[in-house]
Amino acid sequence: MRANCFAGRNSVEVRDVPDPSLLSRRDAIVRVTSTAVCGSDLHLVDGYVPSMQDGDVLGHEFMGEVVEVGSGISGDTLRVGDRVVVPFPIACGSCNACAAEMYSCCENSNPNAAIAEKMFGHPVAGIFGYSHLTGGYAGGQAEYVRVPFADVGPLKIESDLTDEQVLFLSDILPTGWMGAEMCDIRSSDVVAVWGAGPVGQFAMDSARVLGAHEVIAIDREPYRLEMAAAAGHTTINFDDTDVRTRLLELTGGRGPDKCIDAVGLEATHGSASLQTYDRVKQAVRSETDRPHALRQAILSCRSGGTVSVIGVYGGFIDKFPAGAWMNRSLTLRTGQAHVHRYLEPLLRRIEAGELDPTRVITHRLSLEEAPHAFDIFKNKQENCEKVVLTP
Amino acid sequence: MDMLATTTVRREPSDVYDFWHDFANLPRFMTHLDSVVETGPNATHWTATAPFGQVVEWDAETTEDVPGSSIAWRSVGESLVPNQGKVWFVPAPGGQGTEVHVVLAYHLPGGAIGKAAAKYFGEEPHQQLDDDLRRFKQVMETGEVVRSDGAPWGKRARHEFPQRAAQPLSADERAEVFAS
Ligand SMILES: NC(=O)c1ccc[n+]([C@@H]2O[C@H](COP(=O)([O-])OP(=O)(O)OC[C@H]3O[C@@H](n4cnc5c(N)ncnc54)[C@H](O)[C@@H]3O)[C@@H](O)[C@H]2O)c1
Ligand SMILES: [Zn+2]
Ligand SMILES: [Zn+2]
Repeated sequence: MRANCFAGRNSVEVRDVPDPSLLSRRDAIVRVTSTAVCGSDLHLVDGYVPSMQDGDVLGHEFMGEVVEVGSGISGDTLRVGDRVVVPFPIACGSCNACAAEMYSCCENSNPNAAIAEKMFGHPVAGIFGYSHLTGGYAGGQAEYVRVPFADVGPLKIESDLTDEQVLFLSDILPTGWMGAEMCDIRSSDVVAVWGAGPVGQFAMDSARVLGAHEVIAIDREPYRLEMAAAAGHTTINFDDTDVRTRLLELTGGRGPDKCIDAVGLEATHGSASLQTYDRVKQAVRSETDRPHALRQAILSCRSGGTVSVIGVYGGFIDKFPAGAWMNRSLTLRTGQAHVHRYLEPLLRRIEAGELDPTRVITHRLSLEEAPHAFDIFKNKQENCEKVVLTP
Repeated sequence: MDMLATTTVRREPSDVYDFWHDFANLPRFMTHLDSVVETGPNATHWTATAPFGQVVEWDAETTEDVPGSSIAWRSVGESLVPNQGKVWFVPAPGGQGTEVHVVLAYHLPGGAIGKAAAKYFGEEPHQQLDDDLRRFKQVMETGEVVRSDGAPWGKRARHEFPQRAAQPLSADERAEVFAS
């Protein structure tokens, strides 16, 4: 089959690879009908997540049709022919983490748990197409995918919603939603969201659905800010505006009650000196992540507020504003999205028209065009916000 | 060499005890064990793969057996690698299942064989025991040892990097993975 593979730092290639087959009793094989490129893929390809190998099949946002199931899957959970969306974390459904609905911390789904444990202190779940640290699972930017624990993850789509309406249940819609949910939003809350990428856009929409008084989008890409404005959110361009000052102006000097970091470890900075400091440290690997958005979110947040981090970090950061965090009673919450938790409730919200995931799609390309898709998404060309690929 | 490892399994202590008490189950998750066969009351015969395809065998006796709670064993008679072990099961707080605590002790022989054995059992024997327990937990909680494209070997896990690329196995690789 054809699959989009990691081909060394800054490079992906669509290659011929073997078709997947069942390896475990609770596996299913899914024929992919739609898949997408995510900001997380950029972190992998740009070389910021360790343990990527040449030939790794990328992609963790995908859906399709079940074409084969293992002997451990009973017919009332999943059958050949079912149309499914697959959550990006792989979860066993029976460990204590899964029982607590902390699916992205599943204790059993990562065969490389020992390595993850060395890096993170405790292991993390397996993730499709997301380095060997999270298991070394082939991903979904491919014609077919092997889905382990297929009796736990896949959500059956029985209505006539289109792929584009439900595809993002695999990751970015639940991720944005969880970012807002972690803020425990009250009706008086002003919520500021760093990053107007697809994840940030969904965090903004979710914050509004959860009742925020106002939602503010922060980015530097005019077309991304326009997209947020078109959805009814207030915008700040950090290229030409001092973010903290503007946030104070917009909140009567209080600062946003809740702040969401939807940028992660490749943040850029308006201040050249801090940007240079972090770039140099990152280049010599004494700091692995560039945390500008996180720092700014912590410094901007109102005392007693919450900073919710859904942007991905992989290693270590410098100049963490621990003083602001501690002295001003801030709450820091984070996690890879526990996608399984949100599948049913968010599907219902899509059906009810409360959330429109299709609004971020700017490009529809074939799987063969994946390298081009990565290029325009990463370099913000052709006003690219979100690419959907079809095999 | 003495090692202690622990894990928590989301099953009742009696289930976890029963599974371990059937020594024939141990090779399902312990990398080096090929088989454990019951040979009499409190008596077992163990077979492990050793370096260069050699097979190491020994007899063991069960020295402690408290249903639902603990099991201990030790090798008897002539053995290349005299060893003993104990496992005990403690209810985890708040209905989270069972804490499994394992102690293993073995004496490596001297000379060239000892060196080869040490190498085979790993630079980090403690890591191996941890990994064995991780697989034990996988089997108890999910029914089998977890496999990915990059690490498809199940209990014959090889942790060296680089691994296989994370892409589906060819027919030949599949055959190799599922051989034996
Ligand atoms: N927690 C999870 O489960 C999860 C799931 C999916 C994605 N993510 C992460 O979410 C983040 C966003 O994903 P995406 O797909 O939207 O990526 P993206 O790259 O499209 O979006 C990031 C945006 O942040 C902007 N940005 C850069 N520096 C900034 C700064 N200092 N202040 C404000 N904005 C800044 C960029 O211009 C860009 O528009 C990534 O880190 C991704 O890995 C996390
Ligand atoms: Zn993603
Ligand atoms: Zn689990």
